Amino acid sequence: MGLTGLFLITFLVIHVGLNACIFYDLPIFDPNDNGAMFNKASHFMGSTMVMRLLEIVLFAGFILHIIQGWSLELQNRQKRKQGYQVNLGNRGSKWYSRSMGILGTLIFLFLVLHISDFWIPSRITHNLPQAQYHGVEMHDMFIKMYNSFQNPVVVVLYLLGVLALAYHLFHGFHSAFRTMGVHNRKYLAMLKSLGYGFTIVVCVLFALMPIAMFLNWVSPL
Amino acid sequence: MLNGKIPEGPLEKKWEDYKGHVKLVNPANKRKIEIIVIGTGLAGASAAAALGELGYQVKVFCFQDSPRRAHSIAAQGGINAAKNYQNDGDSVFRLFYDTIKGGDYRARESNVHRLSEVSGNIIDQCVAQGVPFAREYGGLLSNRSFGGTQVQRTFYAAGQTGQQLLIGAYQALERQVALGNVKQYTRHEMLEIVMIDGKARGIIARDLVSGELERHFGHAVLLCSGGYGNVFYLSTNAMGSNTTAIWKAHRKGALFGNPCFTQIHPTCIPVSGDHQSKLTLMSESLRNDGRIWVPKKQGDTRRPSEIPEEERDYYLERRYPAFGNLVPRDVASRAAKERCDAGYGVGSSRQAVYLDYAAAIQRYGKIEASKRNLANADADTITLLGKEVVKEKYGNLFDMYEKITGENPYEIPMRIYPAVHYTMGGLWVDYELMTTIPGLYALGECNFSDHGANRLGASALMQGLADGYFVIPYTIGNYLADDIRTVSIPTTHAAFEEAEKSVRERIEKLMSIKGNQSVESLHKRLGKIMWDKCGMARNAQGLKEAIVEIQQLKKEFWSDVKIPGGINEFNPELDKANRVADFIELGELMCKDALHREESCGGHFREEYQTEEGEALRQDDKFMYVAAWEMKGEHEWQLHKEDLNYEVVKPTQRSYK
Amino acid sequence: MEHYNMNLTLKVWRQPNKNSEGRFETFDVKDISSEMSFLEMFDVLNERLISEGNDPIAFDHDCREGICGACSMHINGRPHGPWHATTTCQLHMRAFKDGDTIVVEPWRANGFPVIKDLVTDRTSFDRIIQAGGYISVNTGNAVDGNALPIEKDKADASFAAAACIGCGACVAACKNASASLFVSAKVAHLALLPQGEPERKNRVLSMIAQMDNEGFGSCTFTGACEAVCPKEISVTNISRMHKDYLWAGLSTEK
Repeated sequence: MGLTGLFLITFLVIHVGLNACIFYDLPIFDPNDNGAMFNKASHFMGSTMVMRLLEIVLFAGFILHIIQGWSLELQNRQKRKQGYQVNLGNRGSKWYSRSMGILGTLIFLFLVLHISDFWIPSRITHNLPQAQYHGVEMHDMFIKMYNSFQNPVVVVLYLLGVLALAYHLFHGFHSAFRTMGVHNRKYLAMLKSLGYGFTIVVCVLFALMPIAMFLNWVSPL
Repeated sequence: MLNGKIPEGPLEKKWEDYKGHVKLVNPANKRKIEIIVIGTGLAGASAAAALGELGYQVKVFCFQDSPRRAHSIAAQGGINAAKNYQNDGDSVFRLFYDTIKGGDYRARESNVHRLSEVSGNIIDQCVAQGVPFAREYGGLLSNRSFGGTQVQRTFYAAGQTGQQLLIGAYQALERQVALGNVKQYTRHEMLEIVMIDGKARGIIARDLVSGELERHFGHAVLLCSGGYGNVFYLSTNAMGSNTTAIWKAHRKGALFGNPCFTQIHPTCIPVSGDHQSKLTLMSESLRNDGRIWVPKKQGDTRRPSEIPEEERDYYLERRYPAFGNLVPRDVASRAAKERCDAGYGVGSSRQAVYLDYAAAIQRYGKIEASKRNLANADADTITLLGKEVVKEKYGNLFDMYEKITGENPYEIPMRIYPAVHYTMGGLWVDYELMTTIPGLYALGECNFSDHGANRLGASALMQGLADGYFVIPYTIGNYLADDIRTVSIPTTHAAFEEAEKSVRERIEKLMSIKGNQSVESLHKRLGKIMWDKCGMARNAQGLKEAIVEIQQLKKEFWSDVKIPGGINEFNPELDKANRVADFIELGELMCKDALHREESCGGHFREEYQTEEGEALRQDDKFMYVAAWEMKGEHEWQLHKEDLNYEVVKPTQRSYK
Repeated sequence: MEHYNMNLTLKVWRQPNKNSEGRFETFDVKDISSEMSFLEMFDVLNERLISEGNDPIAFDHDCREGICGACSMHINGRPHGPWHATTTCQLHMRAFKDGDTIVVEPWRANGFPVIKDLVTDRTSFDRIIQAGGYISVNTGNAVDGNALPIEKDKADASFAAAACIGCGACVAACKNASASLFVSAKVAHLALLPQGEPERKNRVLSMIAQMDNEGFGSCTFTGACEAVCPKEISVTNISRMHKDYLWAGLSTEK
C-alpha cells in the first residue's frame, strides 16, 4: 500500500508539472503561447518507447494500489463483526484517515472519467484536433482540455476529484512513509508538514486548471 | 518443635553447601515429572518459567484473564539488590542485616541471608530478559534509596518496577508455554489440594468461565498466590487478591506462620467515603524527597498554605532525626496514626497527614537554576524548574494522585494515610520452601519466611523472584529426586473424586443459602472488624471482641449470604463468596495470633507493650519464635513454635533515631 | 475540589454468554458521588441489582490502580472513557455531571470475543506474546547487569514502550480492530535493547503472523490507538515495527 502509494505520489509530481504548462499561456508569461508548451510536453510523454513502457508501469501501479486498497479495506472491515453503539469518531483520528477506502473509490471513479476524457482519445482513438510545431504534427491537447472544461458539470466533477485526492493525500502521504518504517519523530514531523505542503500545492494547481479554463484565464487564441 | 531443615555450617556457607549437596533429578526424569504452580505473580511466573526451562512439565494457574495481571504488577518503587554499584558500603551482609533488623528480629537468619546472596543474580537475570531498568547517562544501572536503609541499593523502572519485572517473568513464562513445557490455565481458581498418602498430589480447580471443576495431578504443588491483605477489605491489594489457595492448604494441614504480621503502608491516598473499594499506594520513594507534617495545633482547619512554617510539626524528622522521613514503614505508619488519634489529622476526615513537596521543589529548582547558570533566577523560575524535576522523577505518581483526589499535588501538599499493604505472615515453610505438607511449597508473599514482623520497601519483589528463579529450582529437586518412580496418578483416583465432591458440595451449599446480604457487604464488615481491632494498633480486649464478632459474622455468612446467578456459568459473585468465606476464617486466626503474641514487634503493635516513647517493645525472652498454627477444627487451632536462633545478628531494640 | 452528587442514566451492554445475543439495558443510578471511581459506581449499581434479585453486571477489573490492564469499558464511544491517559478504574465520576447518559460497551473486536456483559476474552494477546514477545534466556545464564551499558535514551524509549499494560484499548479504538500498537510496543521494547537483537527478525515476523491469525486487522495509521492508550504508547512504535518487519522479510537467512 505504502510503496504503491509513494510511487503514485511521484507520478503526481510529473503529472501536475506537465499539466501546469498550460499556465504558460497566462498573460504574465506568454499570452501567445496558445498551449504550445503544454502540447509539446504531452507529445513527448506519448512519443517514445520508454515513456510508453513507463505508462504501463504506471497503470500497473494504479491497479495494484486499487486492488490492495480495496482488499485491505474489505479485510479490515470484517475484523469487528459487532460494531459500537457510540463510535470514537473524530476524538481519536481524522475523518479522512478513516475514509481512505471511500476517498480512494471516489478517486477511482474520477480516474475512469479522466482517462476516458483524455487518455483514451490521445492514445487509442486519436480522435483529437491537431497542432503543428516545427513541422511535427501532434495532438492539440490544449484545445481538447479547453473544450472539456467549458462544461460546468465536468469542472465540478474535476474539482470534486481533486478534493478527494487532497484528503487522500493528507493522510496517505505521511502514512505511506510510516508504513515503510520511518519512525524518527523529527523526520515524521517533517514528512507530515511536507505532506501537507505537497498536497496543497499539487491539488491547488490541479484545481486551478479547470477553473482557469472555465473562466477563460487560460484560453486558445 | 518445628524443624526448619536449616543446613549446618556458617551462615554465609549454608546455601552454597546446600546447593553442592542437594539431590538432583536427571533431565530424562524431569520430563516425566509434573508440577502445578498456583499464581502467576513474580514468584509464580518465575518459578513456572524456571522449572519449565529445567524440563519439568508445569501447569500454571491464575484467576485473572492473563498471567500478566497478577498483582506484583502494581509494585511501584523498586527491587533491592546487594550489588554495591554505588560504592556506598553495601554488601550481602548489610542487605541481610537491614532485612533482619527491618523485620524486627522475627525472620529466619538462614533464609534472609540466602535472599540477600541471590539478590544480585536477580538483577542480572532481569537485565538479560530485557527489563528496562532506569539507567544513568553512562549507560549503567541507576539506584535510589528506600526506607529503612542508609545505602542506595534499589533498582527501579520509574514508578513501575513491579510491572517491568512481572512482564519480564511473564515473557519468560510465555516462552515456556510456546515451547510446550508449561501449560497455562487462565481464569481458573484453585479450590482444593488433593492429598494422596499424606503428600500433595494435585488440585481441584474451577474454570471461572464455565464454572466446571477440573482435576489436575502434580508430583508437587507450588502455591504462589500472594498475600491476604484483602482480609481488611480495604487494602492496596488488587480486588481479586485472596487467601483461598493457602487457606485450602492450611485446612489440609499446612501450618500458618505468624498470620497477624501485617504491613500497614504509611503513604496511601486516604479513604474518601463509604463507596471506597480499594486504597491506592503512593510509592515509598516519595518519602525520599517529600516531607511529612501535621499542624502543631490540634484540629487546625486552615488550608495547608495558610499554616506558616513554624506552626508545622515535621514529626518524623522530629522523632527520628537519623532516618527522618525514611524510617521503616511500620514506624512511619504508627507515627501518622499517633498524630491523627491525638487530634492533629488533616483533611475533611481528619484521618490524614500531609506529604509536602514544596521544599523539594525549591531545592531541585535551585540546583537546576545553578546548572543552567541562572544565578539570579527569581522565585517563580526556581519553582517552575523545581516542578519540572519533580515531574520527571515522580510525574506518574503525582498524576495518579490528581486523578483520584482532584487536587494538584504540585500546588497543595498530598494527603496521605496508612493502609494495609502486605502480609508478612503466610504458610510456614522450611528452608526448602516446603510447607508442612510434603510436596506442597509456598513461594513469595504467601509464605511467612523472609520479612519477619515488617518488610522493608523494595524487598517483596526481591523475595518473589528469589524464590521463583533461584531457590525453588534447587530445593524442589531434593524432594522430587525420591519421587521419580511415581508414575502420574490418574485423576480418577479416589482422592480426586473425594476432593472434587467436597468442593462441589461447598459451592452448592453457598448457592443454596439464598439469604439477604451481599458478599461485598459481609466482606466490608469483616474488614471493619479487622481494621478497628487487628489493624495498626491492637490490644487484648479488642482482639477478644474481634474473635467473637468474626465467629458471629461467619454464622451470618453461612446462613444469610446472597449469591446471584448459577454455578455453571461465569459468576464473579460466586468467586468472591468462595474467597470471602476463607477470609472470615483467616481473620479469626489472625486475631488469635495477635492476641497470643504479647509483645510489639514490627507491624504488630500491641498497645500494652510499648516503650515510654511509644515505640514497639519486643519480648525476646518469650516470643523469639515463629508462631505456626495448625487447624484442629472449627474455631480451633494448635500453636507450634519454631525458635529463632540468631547466630550472627544480635537482636537489639530497633532504633532509627 | 468541590464534591457533588449526581443522578445518571446508564445504558449497558448485557450478554449472558459468548454464544447468546446481547442487548442494551438501561439503568438509573442515583446519588453518585463525584469522588467515586467509575468502577465504584458500578459496584454501587451491582449491589442494588443483587439486592433486587437481578444479575449484576460482569466487568473485568483487578488492581484498580491503572496498571494491571484488566479493566476495559468502552464509555460513551471511547475506550476507558473521556479522560486522557487513564484506565477505566482511574476514571472518576468528576468526569460526569448530573443528568448525563452514559453508554457502556465491551471492547468490540473479533480477536476479543465477549464472555459475559462487558467481559471479553483477551487470551489472543497472550498467544501473540508466546509467538516471540520475549528474550530467550534461561535462568542463570545472565552476565552482570552492568556488563552491558545501554544508552539512556534507548533504555528510556524501551521503557516507554514496555509500559504497555495489555488492556486492548488500542484494538477497541482502531477502526480496523488492529492490535498493531500492542504488538509494536513489545517489538519496540525488545528491539531497542541490545539483549533483544539476536531474535529481532524472527520476533517481528512471528508476532505479526500471530496477530493476523488471531483475527486482528492491519494498521492504517489513523492514530486512534495512540489517542486512547492509557499509557500513551506512541504510534511511532508501529512504524518501527514496520521497518523491522520489512527488513526482516528481506534479510532473513531462511
